[in-house]
Amino acid sequence: MSATSEAIQAAPTSRRAKDTAFRLALMACLGVSILLLGVLLYDVVRDGVGHLDWHFITSFTSISADKAGAQAAIWGTIWLMGICAIFIVPVGVATAIYLEEYADNERWYNRLIEVNIQNLAAVPSIVYGILGLAFLVRGPLSLGNTVLAGGLTLGLLVLPVVIISGREAIRAVPPSIREGSMALGATQWQTIWRQVLPASIPGIATGVILALSRAIGETAPLIVVGAATVIAFNPEGLDSPFTALPIQIFSWIQRASNDINDYRPLAAAAILLLMIMLILMNSVAIWLRNRYEQKW
Amino acid sequence: MPEQPVTEPQDSQEEEQERGLSQRIGARQDAIAGAPAVDGPAAAPRGPREAIFGLEEVQVSYGPKPAVRGVNFDIGKNEITALIGPSGCGKSTLIRCLNRMNDLIPGARVEGKVRYHGQDLYAPQVDAVEVRKRIGMVFQKPNPFPKSIFDNIAFGPRVLGMKGSMDEIVERALTQGALWDEVKDRLKTNAFGMSGGQQQRLCIARCLAVNPDVILMDEPCSALDPISTGKIEDLMMELKQEYSIVIVTHNMQQAARVSDKTAFFTVELDDEEHRSGRVVEFDDTEKIFTNPADPRTEAYVTGKVG
Repeated sequence: MSATSEAIQAAPTSRRAKDTAFRLALMACLGVSILLLGVLLYDVVRDGVGHLDWHFITSFTSISADKAGAQAAIWGTIWLMGICAIFIVPVGVATAIYLEEYADNERWYNRLIEVNIQNLAAVPSIVYGILGLAFLVRGPLSLGNTVLAGGLTLGLLVLPVVIISGREAIRAVPPSIREGSMALGATQWQTIWRQVLPASIPGIATGVILALSRAIGETAPLIVVGAATVIAFNPEGLDSPFTALPIQIFSWIQRASNDINDYRPLAAAAILLLMIMLILMNSVAIWLRNRYEQKW
Repeated sequence: MPEQPVTEPQDSQEEEQERGLSQRIGARQDAIAGAPAVDGPAAAPRGPREAIFGLEEVQVSYGPKPAVRGVNFDIGKNEITALIGPSGCGKSTLIRCLNRMNDLIPGARVEGKVRYHGQDLYAPQVDAVEVRKRIGMVFQKPNPFPKSIFDNIAFGPRVLGMKGSMDEIVERALTQGALWDEVKDRLKTNAFGMSGGQQQRLCIARCLAVNPDVILMDEPCSALDPISTGKIEDLMMELKQEYSIVIVTHNMQQAARVSDKTAFFTVELDDEEHRSGRVVEFDDTEKIFTNPADPRTEAYVTGKVG
């Protein structure tokens, strides 16, 4: 009796010390990343916040740092995101539906597609840039260095993300809903279109927004497909040349600064703008998820 | 489906067999296009009632080994037929092959003959979707759609393109499902806000809205409390005036209370320890529970095993 209670009370100090050490190590790791993020944010805000005004948003880039703005880049980014979304939503959702609802996992080609999609999500973005250059800008489609080619390249890049999150959203709809629908004499297509898709739209939309928020910051593939660095007009159509915020940031940082023209604060302001857009998009995604997500 | 009368004329047996039934069977043969009528001893009426389903050496497998086999009995019109037996005996598997829900499970295979009004349900030209329009199903766990109460009921009629006022169709189904008075003031609210018992009655009403011929119920009360269970049992007794009902249940008192016929299933182990279900006895419920022919049935219904 007393032996038992003693055994329970006496916590071995070595184990407790290990516990504490491990927890401290975890917190230190967390601290490093938060600290880095904080320093980065502080640096960017200090440099850029002064430039971030209406003039910056509504002016085109210029040799003179005081006059320069990011209008062409902002509109370029908006065009890219629009084209990207129009491309990835139907293709990504259709692929997700096929893989979840129709594909027979026993078939080798379906398993091959699955493994490939997982791998494609991890391929470096520069590779997609080269793909875009070879197949969209030149080669079979020969779209040229246009905003359409840029948007489609970004679309290809984030398509695996949309497919994977779309599949998760579709899989989250319980099989009992499909059974209930089929048992009423609905066809598989009616069941998917009227039950499964409406129930998974919040999840799909969240995945699309997160995919776009990855695409918005991509630089390398856009450079490869030939985004312009200095242009003073907005895209006017799908075949327009274009620039985008990350390209503009890259271009300003690259440019040699001197006492008269310091381009670095412009880059910082553009970074802030990009981050604001990102936060807005992610907020919409979170709001969508909390507001519409179906609890089963 | 205007050809399907909602209320069968409750005339004398002869008259009904001559007029109402032949009409009804005729309509069905037109509807399930091209399915040949199979004539055989199992399709013949058994007792005074006409058989809706005739099962002959039915065997269902999910893979190489059968999950249930040796099923031979008829399911009568306007009767409640209960399938009872221990877990894993294939009751649910069997009920799911009556409206071809097993088609949805990859690898599921049905052998033997499942006849519905004399037609082979698994003939190659029979469309499973057409089958499910006529043979509704209620599941173990209430599965309302994440929509309003109204849209839950209206979903079936809409996908089947049923004509007429949707308001009337919904009201009629909810009234038949003994739910109208409880929900008539909140038809636009989400069905997930209902209690479990109400959800299950909603699922029954949803199934009635498409005017089925048969209702299959796979342990419809297993997730419900005794009061909700009582309501659903009352509802079943009422519904059998117009529909034929097959119910899988673990609750033997329930089978004894509501059903007209009972099939008792058991689990058999083969040499390789594979479990498969088999029908031990099928008879009037009263006989199964008071004077069963097989000692295994007696042991089960008296609570000695299972």
